[in-house]
Amino acid sequence: MMKRDQCLKLIAKYHRDELVVPVYQATFEWLAIKPEAPTFTAVGAMGQASSLALGFALGAPDRRVMVLDGDGSLLMNLGSLVSIANAAPGNLLHFVCENGTYEANGGHPIPAKDKVSFTGLALAAGYREAHEFSELDALEAALPGILRARGPVFIDLKIVPGETYPQDWAYMHGTESREKFRKALRQSHA
Amino acid sequence: MTTTVEPPAGPGAAISGKGIIEAFKRSAVEFIVSVPDRVTSETVLRGVASDATLKLVRVCKEDEGVSICAALSFCDKRALLLMQNTGLLDSINALRGIAVEYQLPVVMMVGLLAHESAAPPAQSKSYGARIVTPILDAMGIAHEYLHSAGDEQRIAPAIERAYANSTPLVLLVGRSPI
Repeated sequence: MMKRDQCLKLIAKYHRDELVVPVYQATFEWLAIKPEAPTFTAVGAMGQASSLALGFALGAPDRRVMVLDGDGSLLMNLGSLVSIANAAPGNLLHFVCENGTYEANGGHPIPAKDKVSFTGLALAAGYREAHEFSELDALEAALPGILRARGPVFIDLKIVPGETYPQDWAYMHGTESREKFRKALRQSHA
Repeated sequence: MTTTVEPPAGPGAAISGKGIIEAFKRSAVEFIVSVPDRVTSETVLRGVASDATLKLVRVCKEDEGVSICAALSFCDKRALLLMQNTGLLDSINALRGIAVEYQLPVVMMVGLLAHESAAPPAQSKSYGARIVTPILDAMGIAHEYLHSAGDEQRIAPAIERAYANSTPLVLLVGRSPI
């Protein structure tokens, strides 16, 4: 099993200028690992990261968009798989960090832990590709191709929590992070 | 700040679906995000679907639309979420977190299912319609009630205000447009 921060470090290694929409623990880790990336932080809206990412993908078709979703979060917004597949944004990469728990809410298991297939759901919804990784070597070998692939692409990362990172909730919910993101987005259009 | 401008009571002619779509275009709305609404289905959503100048994004659930419209605003793209009051009620947490607390211009047009009356929504015989404006007031979300012919003229200024102030807006449709 991979540690989440190790996965994020690999993604950061190959990240160029993709817009990034992480959720919960992945947000804090991603912000620490790649603070300069254009990152939209939104937590607490019950699984809305994938829908936010769809909006960015449709509104900025010249940019690639990477959502770093959680399994519990995605379960709260499963219909977004179908909506994304229907809109078929070629610039959308949908990563899910699957640890089988609601990690931020006490670590209780998600429904159907070890039974549900997230890649199966994504393919059935109509994603162009779906990949599943539980080994870092395999993930690293595939990442460059995945990041260039035409979306929507779904990537299930079988993970456990890694190192502990600082949790700056004020930055997460404050206007500064969103204005920084807006500025990065506008600069790319200029 | 919440504003409500009630139209004159009385049956009169209904608001025009074509006029609503023209108002979207005057407001530079480019994307319509929707879960079908029975009140606006025939004259607005079908018109949008057949209009090549508007981009229709069909979603499974209305809270997805809140997020999509919010994200599009960051890309300087205007959008409108078309749904019925049941979908609005189902989306309250997304509205709370993304539209209100993050102060984003999420513009919604909401058909009041089972209202079909000249009365203001808060006086509706339908419980589901009657609770909508009190909830929006409690959330601090601006709303406009569109009911009669001519009310189309209030759409574009309201949308302009929402984007100028970066605040959410709900346009309530009280009966099926013609």
